[in-house]
This record gives sequence, structure tokens and C-alpha cells, in this order.
Amino acid sequence: MDLCVKDGKIVEKVNEKKAKIIDASGMIVMPGGVDIHSHIAGSEVNAGRLLRPEDHFKDVEAKTPLTRSGVGYSVPSTFTTGYRYARMGYTTVMNPAMPPLEARHTHEELDDTPMVDKATYPLLGDWWFVLEYLRDGMIEECARHVAWMIGATKGYAIKLVNPGGLEAWGFGRNVRNIDDPVPYFNITPREIIRGLCIVNQILRMPHTIHVHTNNLGKPGNYLTALETMKCVENLRKGDRPIIHITHCQFSAFKGSDWRTMGSGAEEIAKYVNGHSHVTLDMGQVVFTDTTTMTADGPFQYILHQLSGNKWVNHDVETETSSGIVPFRYRRKSYVHATQWTIGLELALLIEDPWKIFLTTDHPNAAPFTTYPKIVSWLMSRKAREKAIGKISRRARRKSLLPSIEREYSFYEIAIATRAGTAKCLGLRQKGHLGAGADADIAIYNLNPKQVDPSKKYMAVRKAFGKSAYTIKDGEIVAKDGEIVKSVDGRTFWVNVKLSSASDEVASDMKRKFREYWTVEYENYPVPEGYLTRSAPISVKAEV
Amino acid sequence: MKNNVITSLKNACAVGEAKFLNYSNHRRLKPLIRKNGELVEASLDEAIRKSAEILAAASYPILYGWSCTSCEAIRVGLELAEEIGGVIDNTSTICHGPSVLSIQDIGIASCTLGQLRHRADLIIYWGSNPWSAHPRHIDRYTAFSKGRFQPSAWRGYLSRLSATLAKKRLLRAASLILRRKISVPPEVNESPFYALARKERKMIVVDVRRTRSAELADYFLRVEPNKDYELLQALRMLIRDEELDVDEVAGVPVDVLEEIADVMIGCELGVLFFGVGLTMSQGKLRNVDAALSLVRDLNQRTKFLIMPMRGHFNVTGADTVFTWQTGFPYAVDFSHGYPRYNPGETSVMDILCRGEADAGLIVASDPVAHFPREAVQNLVNNPLIVIDPHVSATSLMADVVIPSAFVGIETEGTAYRMDHVPLPLKKVVEPPKGCQPDTVILQRILRQVRKLKRQEGEGN
Amino acid sequence: MPKLKVSLLTGRTLSQGQGKEYGKLSEEYWKRVAVCEIDPEDMKHLEIKEGQNVKLTTSFGSAVVRAVKSARGPHPRVVFIPYGPWANLLVNPRTHGTGMPSFKGLSAEIEPAPGEKVLSLEDLMKKHYERE
Repeated sequence: MDLCVKDGKIVEKVNEKKAKIIDASGMIVMPGGVDIHSHIAGSEVNAGRLLRPEDHFKDVEAKTPLTRSGVGYSVPSTFTTGYRYARMGYTTVMNPAMPPLEARHTHEELDDTPMVDKATYPLLGDWWFVLEYLRDGMIEECARHVAWMIGATKGYAIKLVNPGGLEAWGFGRNVRNIDDPVPYFNITPREIIRGLCIVNQILRMPHTIHVHTNNLGKPGNYLTALETMKCVENLRKGDRPIIHITHCQFSAFKGSDWRTMGSGAEEIAKYVNGHSHVTLDMGQVVFTDTTTMTADGPFQYILHQLSGNKWVNHDVETETSSGIVPFRYRRKSYVHATQWTIGLELALLIEDPWKIFLTTDHPNAAPFTTYPKIVSWLMSRKAREKAIGKISRRARRKSLLPSIEREYSFYEIAIATRAGTAKCLGLRQKGHLGAGADADIAIYNLNPKQVDPSKKYMAVRKAFGKSAYTIKDGEIVAKDGEIVKSVDGRTFWVNVKLSSASDEVASDMKRKFREYWTVEYENYPVPEGYLTRSAPISVKAEV
Repeated sequence: MKNNVITSLKNACAVGEAKFLNYSNHRRLKPLIRKNGELVEASLDEAIRKSAEILAAASYPILYGWSCTSCEAIRVGLELAEEIGGVIDNTSTICHGPSVLSIQDIGIASCTLGQLRHRADLIIYWGSNPWSAHPRHIDRYTAFSKGRFQPSAWRGYLSRLSATLAKKRLLRAASLILRRKISVPPEVNESPFYALARKERKMIVVDVRRTRSAELADYFLRVEPNKDYELLQALRMLIRDEELDVDEVAGVPVDVLEEIADVMIGCELGVLFFGVGLTMSQGKLRNVDAALSLVRDLNQRTKFLIMPMRGHFNVTGADTVFTWQTGFPYAVDFSHGYPRYNPGETSVMDILCRGEADAGLIVASDPVAHFPREAVQNLVNNPLIVIDPHVSATSLMADVVIPSAFVGIETEGTAYRMDHVPLPLKKVVEPPKGCQPDTVILQRILRQVRKLKRQEGEGN
Repeated sequence: MPKLKVSLLTGRTLSQGQGKEYGKLSEEYWKRVAVCEIDPEDMKHLEIKEGQNVKLTTSFGSAVVRAVKSARGPHPRVVFIPYGPWANLLVNPRTHGTGMPSFKGLSAEIEPAPGEKVLSLEDLMKKHYERE
């Protein structure tokens, strides 16, 4: 079967005499990888880079005539990030957390991340305007302001992190469950989640709301995850997803404390199997030294207290917070090993591969360079058994994982790492190889007719770690793990067109700006010219 | 503005006003090259070519400054440093470099300035004199600002001030009438407990002498020079409910310290701003270690945050750009083809004092005026290129001087505030003909360096 | 002549920050930066008046600057000198492995210098930084 590429797009046919031919016989051809959640740019990522020179010393990349120098390991510098994704056959990466006040910073870093197309999600779950309008029941007003914010920050989707909890963290507090009211604002996380879910529908955003649940990382929090998914059940329209729970592993703990902590994956999988309005991504742990960084200020503080590791906190006025703590996941730790089983259980127990995607919440559960390892665990029970044999005995005994036989096929891997994520994000020209798609193609040197991934999992790891060819917009950019051409990707953002007058929103923002923020109104929005390759996606809102 | 000249300013602080109104005095308009010991005018092309020659030929050049220019220019600077295998460093290295080193060890509990305006009821300035170095800090972001949850303390300060003045006047009047010196019992509110007993915003200043910022404070704590570390650690012990075996620390009686510790624990949200008073005194980064640890420990009792008072215009931006492109905030050495970082070895001060650099490119900075003598002597003994709009001391000693446009006045760009918030800088007037933005000058030098290296490669 | 052992601190002043915007070679800058602030009691001890010249010496060098009476006292035996080329003749360039020289808390000696002049920036550069 032949695949034809012309002018950066996949087409029905080309003039074979003039075309360059790539012989991919005996290899697997997939669309370029689409990563739905990976922290690669912005103030919290950069604070992580600053915090960890020791992480960089052991992993350097020298300058070549085609590439810039840089450093790894868990928080790589921007050029290195782009090159490493390209080498694995990834062509689109979503940066999942952007404090709106510092949007400029995120876009500056994304512009310095070569090779991949990218987008970023502004953090809106604790934004004072959202809290106030939702509390007052002014849903349309809220939608208009959210639309303004998405345009001002050049964002792609509405992100919620521990909704309500970050505002409470402004004074050092947190929320305990989705019905615990936010201090000073008289609104509950449930109301915030439902409100923004409705706003997302009103604005016709390409992606659903992207939610990092309350109580992340707390034993027993699988109940919070279930409640979060349930609380928007009656808002669904047809079979389309309306909420995405991200890095679900961290929200799937059973038990009441660290001693009794266990896996809640089975209950969550059962719910997801029976409902069509939810999608998840794994947040898979790999046993290594990495760096945790999220907007969940209170959770990161707890992690600092648990581990004793150095801790960076950065609260952003009016909007959100963030925290960074280095962290090492150990095989012999009962809790870490259980976390490791949870991610895999979620992926293997949820039947429909279009509902659960492969991520590590880079770098929180592991650096993105570990994806090939995770692919091999999903495809090979043998690979899992080998890994399970090395973890904490107590975790092994209590886990469901050893009894699970299911192994992912190459098709399911393609869905989990590209087709499914692209569909969930509403990126219609990504994640498939049909005519009209962007010519983002990854060719892996693995012959499915000769290699049984269930047995030869090391070959799977090797192949997915270094693509034979990575093609971006129709050009070969990587070959056998080497960058052969340096390119700059596009930055996607959503241009929401309101039906009613949008200058009313602008004047409302102008009036209130000085009260809420310490920057001037004119200096807040990111102008389109700031993005090297701006790629807006227009949507027409219902309001 | 009038005829492309700025005539007056609104909203600016004293330093900013001086900058905007005077920038055209003492500035360069033409490139210069040193020939036969004298600086003579040259064309921009010549100056670029000579600069590229110097940099391409050097084995260990230093590229220093960067804090007074835009992030866009800094990005080009990093590319240039990588191309020539040099060491790129910014003014953090003589300012808050030690703070960065400490943060890399301990972390930092911080926030954007608006969080403090809205929420902080206890503000501490330690080893920092905002009245002199950051003149609008107190009324925009801290004690005298108004936030969602905290009103301004300005009225409280004014009434205290008028009470003090009234008392002085009364005393003077009394001594004139009664023709003898009147003595008054010592101030009751000398004790921190009384001075800080109010519910509204409170400000404490800790310094070795009573600065102007201290005059505005509710309480001034005088610490002996080079004893900040002991004082910080003592407070740390007190907030952890440990006993101090001594009667005084760093010149401060322990019962005063105990009251201060109580105020710190009892606040809703406190913030500690610290300046180069900590980074430059004996102990340097260890002083900052103590401050960062104190605030981290305070978070077990209440919400407390800390922030270094960064000056130097866009030094925060320089650190930020360096970090995302190389992984390291300053003192980045590219001589091995990849970024290396080891302050004390790869920092510009040490390289100069060891006499290891063999060329220098200085951008928007004046090390001849600001570096210790030994470092300056080594700097001027090697080929020196300066890109700066000002007539600076360094430019007087350079071999090539290239005048540039003022960022934030004549050319736009991005800069980062001390709390890491990125802000756009606007172009307000046209630069004089021949004064290009730093980004353009650096890109031209980079292109020329690459051309020279290609030619050298082909020649071999 | 009376001498005093003091602790020397370099730092920013509002005046110095404004002064540098007038240009380093300006008279304004020289007036605001080639000075040092001394506690009034210390000035009595040294038998000097405001505006007279004093000589500061550390183990790294010496400099002659104008004396200014400090309005921020009392700070006995602590002398304050603004950042700049005169202060840099006195500071310790050693960074002790941190990259940061020692700009504050230096042990110094201060004495009146009636016969000596305060160098202009150009003369200072000629004297100390002329190329070999």
C-alpha cells in the first residue's frame, strides 16, 4: 500500500516519476505521535530546569551543524525537547498548563522548541472572573470572558487543576472534596467543573475541559475522580466526550492512608467502560529520578513534606499557582510500585482504546523519553512480568496486574499515542493517514509480520525509541534517530468568534484590570505576531 | 513628546524618570574602532567585521552583560556564544547569583507581586533598601498598596508620622518655654509587640543601618554587619519552638527576636524580600540558604513567601532565557560544544581573575565601572567589543564600540519583572540613524562569524 | 593623623542610580559616586568636616573620596560607599567558589587625606587600567 505526500499534505496520488521514494517495506507506518499532555514550556517548567542543574549534568547534547546544544534529563532545555520528540516519531505536543499572566513566557519557550507542532492550555479553574461569574450564575458572561482569555493567551483548551484548591492555596489552604466551598468565594469545585464544562460547550471548543482532579495524590482519591466524572454526566450531548481526566493514575488511589493505599483502577475502568462522556490519559510511572511539577500548589507542598526534597512554589495573582519537587520512584517502595501498576491497569482494563491515552504527565511520573518502554509493557505480558518481578513484593501480591492477559496490538498503540489523542483534541488533520491530513508521518523499523511484539518487546522498545523516518509537513526531519533537518512547528490556538459584541467584554476587563492584576491591560494579551508560526483554529460560539 | 524627544513622564519612578529624560545625553551615535591606540569613527560594516574577526579568532571569549537588553537580543547572544564556544554570563553573577545557587539547593516559596498586594499583611525587607533601589515597590505592591483582602497601610503610616512630628514639635516648644532640656520616657512602641500589634498591613525592615526604607517601616531591626546568617538561623529556631541559649544574637536581644517570631507565625500571609545585603556579605549564598529555609519552615505554621529584590532591568529575563535554552541561568560555558555550568569556575569574575579569557564582548553593561579592579585589568588587556547606547567607562577602553538603540524607548522587546512576569517593552521614539537594536547587531556579527568559520574550514 | 578601623559596605543609592543615567563621565555621577558616608561621631573622631577628602585602604587597594555626613546613623565604625569605580579599587575580587566577589563587610582603614585629590573617572582609568 502506498502513501502519497505533496506540499506538506497527504494526497491521493502523486507523479511517481518526479516524487522522492521512501521504501518502507517491512516497516510500520503511523501518523506522527500526538502527545496530549506534556510539560515542556512555561514558567513552572523553567523553574524546574533552574532547580535541577544536577539533572542536566548527566545528560548533554553537543552542538552539531544542524542542531543546537542542550541538556536533559527530566526537564530538558527547549531545543533538546524538540529534537528528542522528533527522534521518537512524535510531531505534535500539547503543553498542558499555562498561567495566563505569564502566557508570553510559555509562547517564547514554545517558539524555541523546534520540530513539533504545539499548543498550550491556559489555567482557568481558579481565575477570579470564572469564580465570580459562576457563583453569580452568569454563565454566558463567564463564557464571553473565557473566550477573551483564550484569545488573549493564545490558548487551545480550558484547563482545570484542583479547581478551587489553588485559590485556597493563596492563603495556604486547600479544598477537601468537590463540595467543599472555596474560602472567600462561596463556590464549590463541583460548580466550577460543571460551569466550565457548559462554557466549553457554549464556545464549541475543539477539545473538552481538561481536568486535573481535586485531592490528587491522596489515598482514597479514586472517589473524587469518580465524583468528578459523575458530576457532569447530565451535561452530555450524544456520545461525544465532554470531560478529560488527565494523568488519571495520580487520581486512582484506594485506601485511607499510605499503608492501606491500593489501586482504584478497577472501579474507574468500570465506570469509564460504561460511560461515553469521559476520556483519560494514563500518567504512567517509570522507576527513575524525575521532577514533579504541576499547578497544584498544595499537593506539591505535601510532596515536599513527604519526600524532604527541595521545593519551589510560585503563586500567580488572580489566577493559579504551581509547585516543583524532584522525585524518585523506587521499585521497592510499596506506594511507588502500586502507582506503577495503576497506570497500566487503567490502560488494560478500559476496553475502548479511544478512551485512554499514553502519557507520563512528563516529567511528573517519568520523562517522555520513556514512552517506548511503556509501549512495550502495554504490548507484552512478558515484559510486564519481568518488571513486576522486581517491584515491592507486597505491591505485587496486592495488584491485579499479574492476572491481566490483555496485550495491545499495533493498532491500539497507534490509537493510544496518536489517533485517539488527535481525535480527543479535535485536531482533524492529525493522527490519521487519510487524504487531507498533515503529512506528519512516523516510520518504525519493525516488521509486524516477522516480529511478535508480545515476545520481542526489546525490539519494540528499540524501534519506537528511534524512528526509521520522521516526516513533518512532508519533509524528512529525522532518520534512524538523527535529526537531518531542523524545522519550526506551528502553534495552534483557538480563535473564538462571539456572536454578540465582544468589545463589551474588553471594556469590562479594562475597567477591572487594575483592581485584579499588577500589570496594565495593554500589556496582558499576547499579540499574534509574537508566535513564530501562528495557526489559529476558528470556532463560532453560541453566545 | 516633542519632535521625537521625550519631554515629560507620568507614572514613572525617580530612576525611570532620569532614564527616560536623560537617555540622549552621553550617548554614542557612531561606531568606533581603535586604530594606533586611539578610538576613531568607523562604519557599522567595519565595526561588525572587526568584531566578528576578534570573536572567531578567540579560544575562550567571554560574552557579558545582557541584563539591560531584551530577551530577543539575549536569544541571539546565546546562539553567538554557542557558535564561538565562549562563556556567556549576565549580571546575576555579581548580584543575585548566590541567591540562584541557594535556590538550586533548597528551592524557593514565591509568587507574583499581585499576590502580595492582595493578601500580605506582614512585609519584611531584609538587606534591601527599596526606597533607593526600587522606588515604587512599597506603594505599588506592598505596604502602601491596596488589595482585594488587604487595605493600604498608608493612612496608618501617615498618622504615625504626624504623631511623631507633633511630639517633636511639642518637645521643642516645651524646651524653649521652660528653657531646659525635656526628657521623655523611652518610646513604648520600641518593642515589636506594640509596633506590630495592629491587624492591618505591617512592614519590618532589617538592615545594618537605618535606611530611608527603615523610616517608613513599623519596626526597624538593626543587625550587625556580616551577622545576618546568625540572625536568620535564630529566628528559624524560634519559629520551630526551640530555645535559644544566648541573650542576644547579632546585636539583637533575644526577647525582641521572640516577639518578631510571634508576629511572623501569627500573620495571615507574610513575605520576606531580600537584597544584595545578603548575597554580598560574608557567607554570601549561605545567608540566602538561611533566609530560604526560614521561609520554607514558616510554611508549616502559616503562609509565607520570599522574593529576591532583583534590579538591573532585565536580569530576571536574562536568567530565564539562559535557563530555557541551556538549562542553566548564568555562567554558561560552551567551550566543549555543550552547556557547562559551575559558578566559581565558569563565572566571569573567576575567569577574569585567572586571566583565562582572551577576548570580551560586553552588551548593555559597564564592567569597568562595576567590577573589582583586578578583573577590570584582565578585561581591558584583551580585545574588547562593546555594544551599548551609552558612553560607558567600558566603551572608553574598548577596541570596537557599536552604538545601539535603547530597549524600551527606541526599540521594542520583552523583559521580565523581578517576579518573573513577562512584560512587553514598547518603542516610543525612533532611534537615531545608525543606532540599530541589539538583536540586529548581534545577528549581523553572528552571520559574519559563521562566514569566517566557513572560509577557514574551506581553506584547510 | 587620626585613623579608624571600619567595616566598609558598598551599595546602591537612589542618587547613584539616578546619577548613572546622566552618564558615567558626567560631573553629576562623580559628585554622587566618588563619596563615602560616615557616621557623625566617627567624623568627629577623625577630625574631618563634610566635603573634605578621606582615604580608604583595604588589603586590595586604596581610594581617595569625599566625605559625606551620614543622615542614616548611628552606625559607628561602618562606612558606606556607593557602587562604582572608586569602590571597586577597594573590594575583594575573590569569589570563594561562588562567582560573587566580596562587595560588603570589608575591613578597611579610614584617614583624612587633606593633601590628596579625588580622581576623576578618566584619571582613575588612566592610572589603574591603562593597557600594558
